[in-house]
Amino acid sequence: MSDWLVAVGRRGLDLLVRLGRAHMLLFYIVLALPALVRQPREMVRQVHSIGVRSLVIIVVSGLFVGMVLSLQGYNTLVGFGAAQSLGVLVALSLVRELGPVVSALLYGGRAGSALAAEIGLMKATEQLAGMEMMAVDPIERVVAPRFLAGVMVMPLLAAIFSAVGVLGGYFVAVGLLGLDDGAFWSQMQSKVEFHDDIVNGIIKSAVFGVVATWIALFHGYEAVPTAEGVSLATTRTVVHTALAVLVLDFILTALMFNKV
Amino acid sequence: MVEPRPQDDSCRVPLVEIRGLRFMREGRLIFDGVDLAIPRGRVTAIMGPSGTGKTTLLRIIGGQLVPDAGQVIVDGCNVHQLKRRELFELRKRMGMLFQAGALLTDLTVFGNVAFPLREHTRLSESMIRDLVLIKLEAVGLRGARDLMPSQLSGGMARRVALARAIALDPMMVMYDEPFTGQDPISLGVLARLIRSLNDSLGLTSLVVSHDVQETCAIADYVYLIAEGRVVGEGTPSEMRDSASAWVRQFMHAQVEGPVPFHYPALDLTTDLLGEGSA
Repeated sequence: MSDWLVAVGRRGLDLLVRLGRAHMLLFYIVLALPALVRQPREMVRQVHSIGVRSLVIIVVSGLFVGMVLSLQGYNTLVGFGAAQSLGVLVALSLVRELGPVVSALLYGGRAGSALAAEIGLMKATEQLAGMEMMAVDPIERVVAPRFLAGVMVMPLLAAIFSAVGVLGGYFVAVGLLGLDDGAFWSQMQSKVEFHDDIVNGIIKSAVFGVVATWIALFHGYEAVPTAEGVSLATTRTVVHTALAVLVLDFILTALMFNKV
Repeated sequence: MVEPRPQDDSCRVPLVEIRGLRFMREGRLIFDGVDLAIPRGRVTAIMGPSGTGKTTLLRIIGGQLVPDAGQVIVDGCNVHQLKRRELFELRKRMGMLFQAGALLTDLTVFGNVAFPLREHTRLSESMIRDLVLIKLEAVGLRGARDLMPSQLSGGMARRVALARAIALDPMMVMYDEPFTGQDPISLGVLARLIRSLNDSLGLTSLVVSHDVQETCAIADYVYLIAEGRVVGEGTPSEMRDSASAWVRQFMHAQVEGPVPFHYPALDLTTDLLGEGSA
């Protein structure tokens, strides 16, 4: 029993230590952000690496999510004689929930894991230690540009995901199911609010961007500098990002859309 | 502690002094009362069996690790009492060659050598180009300037890392196992480079290695570390003739001696016949 308590206590302390280190890393990243004005090329490179290279998976996923949503929504709505509201259902589902959440999950799997592996390998090959010995702060030079790039691209990726998803939904609703395209767009226009729906969706994706990028950078920066350590860091990045995004989504939804 | 042999006035004050160094990692005592003096302008070697903390010592000198007790004085500065900005200023005058080279994999050879110059100076691009080419010429790799680190052999990568380490004209260069995994030609080239750069640029060199022959061929003074302390020191010839059991075992690659072949374990009979045996 006492061994069990000791083990639980030790794990609890380890968790607190890691949480503390993660927050210290975030603090140092924020301190380093003003210095990024001196690295415009690096910022462009990171936005390209994190954002542009994630576009394919975001666009293809958004298209198919929108198409499936349209098919599923039609089957339900048609039973109530409300098939003309399909555009609203597709748009609200994407803008409020699926756009920010699914794009954040995809971002964690594509860009987050790549960030963790890249920084973990830089640590394993002593590149970060080498920078320190050259009097260059690796947080300022390596970590902060990736953080800012990740935070910048996440809302854009979510917006692209939602836009492509709506187009996918339109293609299925109008092209395959024969709905009136005027009704599809006009209902969407009248029911989707800019502030309540679109802005809240953007806020969600911005929060997910901060958290997902922070998780990836922390696991990479704290990786044990071995092959196994880097592998563990990438796995943890994907798992922790997924869990954090889903939990945060519930909290943010409760705060933004709860009208009870 | 034996003082390094003085040759001229500049050698009298050591560039690096380590006093009473004590360092623990994960509950294991790595150093327990280590005293060292690295004289200016010389090549000093720190040798010892694998796992004795030689690389750790370099990281302590560079301020990347903090000792539990003791002092590390580099050019009159107590490294571990410096503020971050002061430590970075000191590091600009200290070059370090890492065991794996630690080249930045997203930059070319030219970009790697130019990196510290671009970060710490406001020189024009044409001036940086000239300086980089001079440093690369010194290590014989001017023609490899456009290659990526992945296209270099291990020996070439270390020579590029050496060019980068001397890019800012430091007062000292620390070499972490520079000869490990090198073919005989690369090994000879690296050894000659360390000695010639030290003499021609007026550097102070600190070489951590367990390669007895090559290191003794270029070192002016040798410290032998084992069991967390300095177990022998002297010139290479003094070390070869030393009566110390530690020094003899290491310098002459003897199997028997104070460093045991077996990792500490239970008595074999007890282990075989004890719990868990069939």
